[in-house]
Amino acid sequence: MDLSNPPGAPAPARTVLASADIDRALTRIAHEILETNKGAADLVLMGIPRRGYPLARRLADKIAAADPSVDPAAIVGQLDVTMFRDDLARQPTRTPHATEVPLSGIDDKVVVLVDDVLYSGRTIRAALDALVDLGRPRVVRLAVLVDRGHRELPIRADHVGKNLPTAIVEKVRVHLRETDLPAVDEVVIEGTL
Amino acid sequence: MRHLLSTRDLSRADALAILDTAEQMAAVSQREVKKLPALRGRTVVNLFFEDSTRTRISFEAAAKRLSADVINFSAKGSSVSKGESLKDTAQTLEAIGADAVVIRHGSSGAPARLAGSGWINAAVLNAGDGTHEHPTQALLDAFTMRRHWAKLHGTASTGTDLTGMHVVIVGDVLHSRVARSDLWLLRTLGATVTLVAPPTLLPFGVESWPCEVSYDLDAALETGPDAVMMLRVQGERMQSAFFPSVREYSRRWGFDDVRLDRLDTLGLKDTILLHPGPMNRGLEISSRAADSPRATILEQVSNGVSVRMAALYLLLSGENTPAGTATLENSQ
Repeated sequence: MDLSNPPGAPAPARTVLASADIDRALTRIAHEILETNKGAADLVLMGIPRRGYPLARRLADKIAAADPSVDPAAIVGQLDVTMFRDDLARQPTRTPHATEVPLSGIDDKVVVLVDDVLYSGRTIRAALDALVDLGRPRVVRLAVLVDRGHRELPIRADHVGKNLPTAIVEKVRVHLRETDLPAVDEVVIEGTL
Repeated sequence: MRHLLSTRDLSRADALAILDTAEQMAAVSQREVKKLPALRGRTVVNLFFEDSTRTRISFEAAAKRLSADVINFSAKGSSVSKGESLKDTAQTLEAIGADAVVIRHGSSGAPARLAGSGWINAAVLNAGDGTHEHPTQALLDAFTMRRHWAKLHGTASTGTDLTGMHVVIVGDVLHSRVARSDLWLLRTLGATVTLVAPPTLLPFGVESWPCEVSYDLDAALETGPDAVMMLRVQGERMQSAFFPSVREYSRRWGFDDVRLDRLDTLGLKDTILLHPGPMNRGLEISSRAADSPRATILEQVSNGVSVRMAALYLLLSGENTPAGTATLENSQ
């Protein structure tokens, strides 16, 4: 979402999740995923660029820490949804990112989609379409770091790091050390009064 | 970037945006389901006033892989042979609702005329105009070279350019729109270019182009090029004698078996051999050279689909913003 700030006033920013909070949330999500799945069998984590992918890698590392039989690199993939969006004609042109599927493929797997913020649900709708072209998973689940509400489609997350009630004029910004400068982990709300 | 008319006015950022997008499109072509919904409901017209095999089917495949509707038009068997003007044809396409027009025309500047005339609102993609430019061919050549160059240096091809690469372009430069488009694009991407041709097949004013010019292919090969691009001898555009005989041409400027072996004796094990097709086997390139592991000719064809998918996608999606300023911001 891209809403400009009210003219004149700089947007006040409020940190809602600091680095340690993000790490705890991801640890909990990793264990929830293992619990729901009753183990790590057939798990594939597909991160949605840009920030979903580093989150998926962190989750995979945490899953591997809990279950040493898991090779974290072998269960993580990246799913680019650019070409499947419903707003291509309304937004500035986007350059697509790479889609990388783990060697095992996604057929008959339990695929967990991973993204940073769940908002309208449109990205996830696009992701579900993109998945269909790659194979037929047995189950698809959704893990997000932040659920900020304001859904426009009947989509919900199975694993949520933090439910964050927001006003529609506010912006939720996720900064991750892998993708952003300065390289810190934090979740910030901008535009609050 | 609203139209793709030439590589001369293509910025480095725009060129890299097309090549990087093409890299992702190439990955789609490896999949079982080779289709993306990005251009669903858009109409792409292939307007071909000149014969073509690979460019037309390549554009058609590219548009179809992006789910666009494709209308093929060739001047033969159309109202053009009844004397319809370009303007009337364009307005007909506008009335049909074309979102993009891919045009190949025998006259240099026809695509620019179509883009700048106001006859039509569609994005115009130049698929070769006279002896002027053929930008998608240059982009696919650059894409092929970039993959080779990146592999050689052990880097990812996405985001890199061709800095330090030396490319020799050999043959009928005079009639070649490919040579012109290649030259501008390769220069923009940081490569150095040497043109090799008989003096009669070099255009007037070539000394002002940003490249070396030589008449001697063997001397050019001794400088150790990283890629050699052979141009087709364009018999259909030659109304007079430009060289004494086919045999003399192929001896002096053709890439024959002897020169293929010389690359090995010169120690140029990583030099690749490109040809835009269609080939005159035995004239500008020998069969053994064309079928050797150095030749990237079929790779160029498949890369052509990826590059054209990228060009169509970047021109037809978004609210007419330049591809170079494409946002990488992930919306929530």
